[in-house]
Amino acid sequence: MKSTEEIIKRCEELYEDLNFTAAREWKDAKPGRKVVGYMPIYVPREIIHAGGMLPLGIVGGGDQLEVIHGDAYYQSYICRIPRSTIELGVGGNLDFVDGMLFPSICDVIRNLSGMWKLMFPDVYSRYFDLPQNFNDDIGGNYYISELQELRQGLEEHCGVDITDDALRRSIAVYNENRKLVREVYAYRTKQPWKAAAADVYLLIRAGLVLPVEEHSQMLQDWLAAVDAEDRPMKDNCRVIVTGLFCEQPPLNLIKSIELSGCYIVDDDLLLVSRWLLDDVSTEGHALGNLADAFLHHSESTSSKYEPVETEKGQYLVRAVEKYGAEGVIFASPSFCDPALLDRPMLQNVLNAANIPNIAFKYAENSGQMQPIREQAGTFADSIKLWSEA
Amino acid sequence: MSTVITTPKNRPDPRDAAKDDSMIKQKEMMARHFDKITDAPESGQKVCATFVPGNLNELIMCFDFANNLPEVNAIQNGLRKKSGQFVMEAEKLGHSEDVCTYVKSDIGMMAKGNLAPNGKPFPDPDVLLLSYTGCFTFLKWFELLREQYKCETIMLHTPYEGDGKITDNMRKYMVKQLKEEVIPKLERVSGVKFDIDRLRENLRRSAKAEDDLVYVLESAKKRPSPIDAYFGGIYYIGPIFGAYRGTEEAIEYYATLRKEIDARIAAGLGPVTPEGPMGKEKYRLVTEGPPNYTNFREFWKMFYDEGAVVVASSYSKVGGVYDYDGFRHDPDRPLETLAEYCLGVYTNRSLPQRVDMLVDYINEYEADGLLINSIKSCNSFSAGQLLMMREVEKRTGKPAAFVESDLVDPRYFSAANIKNRLESYFQMIDQKKAGASIKGAAA
Ligand code: SF4
Ligand code: SF4
Repeated sequence: MKSTEEIIKRCEELYEDLNFTAAREWKDAKPGRKVVGYMPIYVPREIIHAGGMLPLGIVGGGDQLEVIHGDAYYQSYICRIPRSTIELGVGGNLDFVDGMLFPSICDVIRNLSGMWKLMFPDVYSRYFDLPQNFNDDIGGNYYISELQELRQGLEEHCGVDITDDALRRSIAVYNENRKLVREVYAYRTKQPWKAAAADVYLLIRAGLVLPVEEHSQMLQDWLAAVDAEDRPMKDNCRVIVTGLFCEQPPLNLIKSIELSGCYIVDDDLLLVSRWLLDDVSTEGHALGNLADAFLHHSESTSSKYEPVETEKGQYLVRAVEKYGAEGVIFASPSFCDPALLDRPMLQNVLNAANIPNIAFKYAENSGQMQPIREQAGTFADSIKLWSEA
Repeated sequence: MSTVITTPKNRPDPRDAAKDDSMIKQKEMMARHFDKITDAPESGQKVCATFVPGNLNELIMCFDFANNLPEVNAIQNGLRKKSGQFVMEAEKLGHSEDVCTYVKSDIGMMAKGNLAPNGKPFPDPDVLLLSYTGCFTFLKWFELLREQYKCETIMLHTPYEGDGKITDNMRKYMVKQLKEEVIPKLERVSGVKFDIDRLRENLRRSAKAEDDLVYVLESAKKRPSPIDAYFGGIYYIGPIFGAYRGTEEAIEYYATLRKEIDARIAAGLGPVTPEGPMGKEKYRLVTEGPPNYTNFREFWKMFYDEGAVVVASSYSKVGGVYDYDGFRHDPDRPLETLAEYCLGVYTNRSLPQRVDMLVDYINEYEADGLLINSIKSCNSFSAGQLLMMREVEKRTGKPAAFVESDLVDPRYFSAANIKNRLESYFQMIDQKKAGASIKGAAA
């Protein structure tokens, strides 16, 4: 049996490899294989998979990539992820990618879809719209047609067939993966001292670049290994970290939060891996099932409209209860419209429910962790004092 | 240094700065707009708030609502130099310094008594029509207002033209939302039954005014251009982007304006500036991006002092594109036309489409180049503008320049920087023109 250390080491290598060697190797292993990249927040990877292609999650360049060209494309007041993504594109790191999907999350990624079309005309680039109307007959039908257009676009551009049967099979494969991701999260919620936040992050992040089957095996191996190991429990408080759904925090930031006395019991990192909350049906109309899952069984987040006023932010309150969290940390990328516009409303909801919370900003290349460590440390102390009082 | 020094000799007589009829009309219309809203508690009229891009004024009027457009209020506060304090107030209340200042100006204004330019308080809206068109911020802005007002909020999702075209699926989605959600909810809040013939009438009136607006905008193809399509354009688009589209008053306003422009053309005159008619037209520019409102006149002056006139601007298409591909509201397809209107607003178009438009404007209006005013607040406009600039330069061979400011946050207006940048830009145009004429002479 592999140890968690071995598994995480492999994840770390994948994380650090900005040349996406694993995905390149997958592509080179058989002639005619295609790779389709996607950005946050969510795309139905099943459709790519059903065409025999590899979905590749692109979440910027992190803190290891030197951005040389990217800054020439963006003003200083725009977040980091688009510029480092452009850097990856211009630098040739994505030269093996046949398609790029830009989901509707904000205007920066929306506009990046057009930039990609202008800069990489040979790549199939698509803005992937997600409905903000959650009625089956309205948003549902619209979304099904969107999925159908995506399917056709991929078929035409990549020269593949995406059949209904293949789609249903891919849905089953991703159901399995989502189930395992949920188990990993549940494990951490239960025994956070055994599942370090950075480890869990790396483990889920590996799913962005690996074939889903391989990733599911990796998750299974980790779940088996983690149980067999022992790690000391610390007197940390339990927090939810939110706002990290697009531009990634440096790994050090995740570590810093934990080092300063907070166990992360839930987060909104890499939401694509668990966007759909339940299994998607593998019977009947495959695209209809994906649409149903999106409309009625998907995550709540800042880029999604909340139609019911009294429900605004309640998902966080419920998460606090469900995961036994003692506080919430809002960590948002600088200049991030969805996270920062939403934050005051979410904070009001938490304050009304007497849930302690703090907020800070980061960038994917933030180097200085001291202020964050101090803030998170003070927060942890105040929570402990509060619960002792 | 090729800067034109404006001497008293070529400075027009300030007495010429007397207001045109259209200007007086518009001022009155603006005053009536605010009075109508602030008088609502007494008049019993209900109030709907919605956004300028995707403003469904024709539909809103079918339910007898007064239409309160928050961007118009933010602009007014910018022009009246009040927005700075409102933005800071919102930041004190916990809103991030990184987000759109229109939202913060609105929230700060609410916190400070919510007074309209006429000095009376804005009433709470009865309904927020969240026309989610071309800008992500809108989604959060009305969630924020809903938190405050607890009133009915209606989402109308306009899909983005990612592939540069309107698909049947998009149109159907929007029409369905209108039919099954927007209209029934507006009926419920207003207590007025929807009458499609009334909508058709409003749309018919819109199209008529739109014809005249396009005539005015396209008059800038003349030399000298009788209008400034950016600074002056802001005034011209006011009624049609705001609460007057679909009314007789808008028709009259645009007819009057058209006549005035015709007279200017006949007399060979350039645009009217705040200091009277502009001097000799020296540079013809196309602009991309919104203007700055806190130092609007100062900004404009940097152009007209140098003889620079804006002949076409993307900002004057943010509440509807009428010139570029000939869209008109169509009374024979009332709901489809509302959908297409929303789908086609400038900020809902893909980046390649926006580049095409700017390139075509430069060619058709025989402009000397492109000037981008990049707005810190606005990711919808700003993200990608540096690439747009390079593409436009490459495709037109004309020089482009990039300045940065903000809409209504005075902290981001650096007059010296902008002026310097503009001066070197005008020099660059001169050099380019000189180069072209040398080449021409050599050929
Ligand atoms: S970090 Fe925020 S603003 Fe930037 S691309 Fe992501 S969601 Fe958009
Ligand atoms: S200024 Fe830009 S970001 Fe702000 S509301 Fe207008 S379009 Fe949206």
